[in-house]
This record gives sequence, C-alpha cells and structure tokens, in this order.
Amino acid sequence: MALSQEARARLEPDAALIIGRYPVSRSALLPLLHLMQAEEGYLTEDGIEFCAEQLGLTKAEVTAVASFYTMYKHHPVGDYHVGVCTNSLCGVMGGDAILADLEDHLGIGDDETTPDGKVSLEHLECNAACDYAPVVMVNWEFFDNQTPRSARNLVDGLRSGAEGISPTRGAPRLCTWKQASRILAGFPDDQATEGNTAGEPSLTGLKIAKEQGWTPGDGAAGAGSSGPSGSGRTAGRAAPARPASGNGKTT
Amino acid sequence: MTTVLTPELTAFWDEPDSFTLAAYKRHGGYRALSAALAMQPDEVVQTMKDSVLRGRGGAGFPTGLKWGFIPKGGDKPHYLVVNADESEPGACKDMPTLLNNPQALIEGMVIACYAIDAHRAFIYVRGEVLHVIRRLHDAVAEAYEAGYLGTDILGSGFDLEVVVHAGAGAYICGEETALLDSLEGYRGQPRLKPPFPAVAGLYACPTVVNNVESIATVPYILGHGAEDFASYGTEKSKGFGIFSLSGHVARPGQYEAPLGITLRTLLDLAGGIRSGHRLKFWTPGGSSTPLFTDEHLDVPLDYESVAAAGSMLGTRSIQLFDETTCVVRVVLRWIKFYEHESCGKCTPCREGSWWVVQLLEQLERGEGSEADLDKLLDICSNITGRAFCALGDSIESPVKSSIRYFKDEYLEHQRHGGCPFDPAASTLFAMESA
Repeated sequence: MALSQEARARLEPDAALIIGRYPVSRSALLPLLHLMQAEEGYLTEDGIEFCAEQLGLTKAEVTAVASFYTMYKHHPVGDYHVGVCTNSLCGVMGGDAILADLEDHLGIGDDETTPDGKVSLEHLECNAACDYAPVVMVNWEFFDNQTPRSARNLVDGLRSGAEGISPTRGAPRLCTWKQASRILAGFPDDQATEGNTAGEPSLTGLKIAKEQGWTPGDGAAGAGSSGPSGSGRTAGRAAPARPASGNGKTT
Repeated sequence: MTTVLTPELTAFWDEPDSFTLAAYKRHGGYRALSAALAMQPDEVVQTMKDSVLRGRGGAGFPTGLKWGFIPKGGDKPHYLVVNADESEPGACKDMPTLLNNPQALIEGMVIACYAIDAHRAFIYVRGEVLHVIRRLHDAVAEAYEAGYLGTDILGSGFDLEVVVHAGAGAYICGEETALLDSLEGYRGQPRLKPPFPAVAGLYACPTVVNNVESIATVPYILGHGAEDFASYGTEKSKGFGIFSLSGHVARPGQYEAPLGITLRTLLDLAGGIRSGHRLKFWTPGGSSTPLFTDEHLDVPLDYESVAAAGSMLGTRSIQLFDETTCVVRVVLRWIKFYEHESCGKCTPCREGSWWVVQLLEQLERGEGSEADLDKLLDICSNITGRAFCALGDSIESPVKSSIRYFKDEYLEHQRHGGCPFDPAASTLFAMESA
C-alpha cells in the first residue's frame, strides 16, 4: 500500500501537532507509528518512511523501534483485532479454551486474519483486568468474563458488521482497528464520557465497605479537612467491626 | 484500630459520573492542591516523607524520598513521569483507577510537580486500554479548562503542562528507565543505574517516575496530613492501598485496605475460594513475587511480613488458584511471558528465560527428571542478580517457590507421562456445556 500525496498532505499537520507536544521531537515516534496504523492499518514501507521524514531519522532507526513493540503490525490486520489473554491466570480460568475454540471456529491461527478481512486473532499477555478473567479485547476495549460460547458469538457479530456490539467496560460504539489507532496517536473520539466502566469486581470492596459502614463518605481528595493538618479525622476508623475470620471458608 | 476496608481512592467509583471533574470536586477534590500551593515546595516533600508512602508500583521505594533526590537549582528542566504501564500479570488496580477516578491522579501530579519544580509532566499509559486513554485525555482537558493545569494554576504563578502518551505493547516499559527510553522514542530497554532518573532521567534531566496509585494517593496525604495517612497500616508499611483479588475466588475485585491486612480477612470478605474448592497457591504481589500457599493465609500483607515469609508485597496483585490448577502449567506460562517480554539487552535474561522455558516444557510433557529441577534452579540463580533489571530476577520467583512447595507435582508429570490435571476443571465456566 502506498501513502498517497493526499494522505501525506492530510497527515503532515497531524504529525506536527503530535511533535509539538514534546520538548524533543523523537518522543513523537510511538504516537506517529500509531498514526500510520490509523491510516493504513499496519506499518508499511511508506508509513515507516513518513515517520522517518517527520523526525529526521533513518528508516532503519524507525524500523528498529517499530519492531520492538507488539502493538505495531507488519502485515494487514482485520477491522476487528480480537485478543485473547492467555497469560497464566486468564489462561487457566478459560482463556486457553477460548483461544482454541476461536481458532477452530474462525479457521485461523494466532496472528492471522479471516479471509473477509474482518477479524484478526491474537493471544495477549496480561491486559490488567484479571478480576474480570477470562478477558478478551476487541480493538483494545474490554470484553470481560468470556466463555467459549460468548466469544464465538462475539466474533460472529463482528464478522457480520459489529452491529450492537459494545464492550463490557468501554465506549458503546466499537471503533474499528484504524479508528482505535488514531485514538492511540493522541486524537481521541467523542466517547470519553460514555460507557459503563465500573463492573462488579471494580466495586466489590466498596460495596462491602458500604454495607459494613466502613466508608468515610468522601473521596480520596479528602473533604472533611480543609488543610494539611487534618489530624482530627475519624472517618475510616470508626467501626471496630471485623468480618468473621478463620471460619474455614478459605481452605 | 482502623476499619477493615478503607475506600478512599475507590470511594465513589459507584457513581455514574465518578470520572468527571464535577464528581471529584463534589468529593472534596482539588482542596489538597490549594493547601499544597500555599506551602513551600520543600514542605510538600517533607509531608510526603513524613507520610512514609512507599511507591505503589511494586518496588515500594518511599515516594517522598524519591522527590527529595531531585537536585535543587541547575539549569535543566525537571520532569514528572507517571508510570501507567500496568502490565504485571495479576495487576489490575491502576486501570480501574484511571477509568473511574482520573482526577485524583491529575491533582496528585500538580502537587508533585510543584514539589519538585517540574513544569512538564507525562502520563505513560500502556496502549492496550483504549477507554482508559480516552478518559485520561478527557480528564486532562477538563483540568486545563478549570485552571488546574496550564499557566498560573489557581493564581499561584505555577505552570504545568501534562501530556498523555500511549505506549505500544511492551511489559518492560513498566521498568522506569525502559519507560524513559520508550518515552524518548527508542526501544524500551532499561538503562544501567546509576545515574538514577532523579539525576539523569528523561532527556538526561532530573526526573521523578511514580506509579499511578502513588500519585493518586498524594491528594489524600496533602489533604489530611502525613500523620493521618501514617496512622493506617503497620509500623513500617504505612497507609492504605488497593488489593486486587483474581482467579478462583467467589468475589474477585478491588479491595482498598490498610497495609497489613491478611489474605484470610480478604478471602472472608470475598466469599472464599469458589464453591466446592480449596486454595492451593497464590501470588501476594503479581507473577514476579514468589508463590504462597494455604500456609500463608495469616501473613500480614505489608512489605516486611511478606518478605519475612519469603515473598514480596509487589503490587498487591493477589492471584488465587485452587486445587484443580496445575502449578507447572501456571509457572511455565509466566516464564513464557518473561521470555516474550525480555527486551534482549542482557544475556542472562534473554538466554536464561529461553532455557527455563525449554526445561519447563520438557517437565510438563512428562519428559523431565528430578535432575532437571536442579538444573532449573541453577539457571535461575545464574539469572538473578546478573540481569540488567528486575525482569530477569522475576524469572526465579515462580520457579523456585513452586519447586519449594510443589516439587512432587513436577515429578508426578514424569510418572504420569504428562500433565495429570484436567484443564477444563480449572476454567470458570467448567459447568457450561460448551
């Protein structure tokens, strides 16, 4: 794929904006590579060259960086990149079974794309959502607590247009791979304030604390004290109650 | 006596607009900043030292001390870089914090930058979390609009610019010097220390690198005072922090509690191990910390007690596995992860991780022997302490601890001619007729 003159003209102002964020221009390289993926879906020769030109680097210098990071792709990726966490915890909780099932269902292997160009499949390392295991990511949005069946339904939906498919925690309108890459480059869409982000596990401790009357009633920033002295505060330490312990439930 | 759980960072995550500036202010947000800006920067650093907050990113280095290492004067700019590259297997606290309460981080950043005389700060967030990145951009924009970022913040004359920078998939970038190389636009490979970032960090300028939770805790400390914060926790491990429970537990999730809470107490709150099963092994602080078993339910989860019991508090990432789980499978997968994420800069880690994977795979297939266990331990001890950074050292933790507690299970693979466990029994959908 070649970067057209039209595309270059459109991308140069974006690149200038990105470079302007940093005191040293080379810091813009990672976001610029994301920007190239937003344009072409993966890193082409032209994309590498564009980054090199913008930053006054050689293509070899850019390639050396691009080849280090797993989110940069060197061959075309589907509209929907489906990542299945198979690190130890998610893998044991069901990620291994989900990945095997999806490979079988889609007829593709790890890091491959369906012939219709819709779905790519990849195993992931830990995506920082272990309390929602097993986790599947679509274009880096969280699809929590998956099963082989739910994951199969998910990819079927993605292949038939992704209509009505929303992440468990994330933006309600699922981005395509290219749209997601543009957000990674530092140009967010308008969905920041949308979507549910606190599923049950995120709130488990808080819910228990509220039931037990252990909540201080304000937040981390600390109302209740107007200054740094604040030693008279009692919230958070009022209730001596303890949960039953040593009742054998744990063993 | 503190309460069992202490939701502070997590206090209002259940409100639908918790991530907004309005919600944060409703809960007292940005009052600590006004208080801090009325203090001398040195007083802010001293308050942090007095709080004895230890870095919440895993290594546990005292945050105030780190700030205090930034040299005074000089003609180089100072920088704050927030490490939001959360990717230690088991760690899942910073991403929900950023999704649900990003303003706590930003207020903490302004206070930190004021204390260390930095006028530019970066949030290095892992790339694989699209909505977290949206939320961060939005939170930064809201803070600019309200005058908490930009020039002459709250009329103090203090200026600060904040940039959200998305990574591109590399666990090693959680290591602070690798993160700095990555932020400078290079391959994320660790640097030799010294010099430490406080002297030569980002662009060879004095730099503080702090974890998300450390910085998000700063407003609480400045708002309530060091004494208040230090009244939580144990004698040497002060304050509260988020404990993340995952795996074979009835109610996985985030539990914010004073340091020193035990797994027994946490498990009681979390409804115990999933119904009909019992705890087999767990990590107190992510995959890089040696395994514990059901013998360690009453170890206070503070830095000193966990270390005395042979592991590390790390990121308080408690991964729980029940008796259906094969420990060889779990350890092998973690080491494959380290092999995959090894940056390749130093030989012990790059080559050692590869050999450890070969041996573990052989053992899992039932083709290993007791001598292979000795060989494993020997290779691991030759990586630890000889690698460039802590990633190499992390390889030994699960291998050595699993052999210590489950040696016979390794040998059982040999007797059985393969893995004696049924992986289907470990899944959380074991009952689903898939």
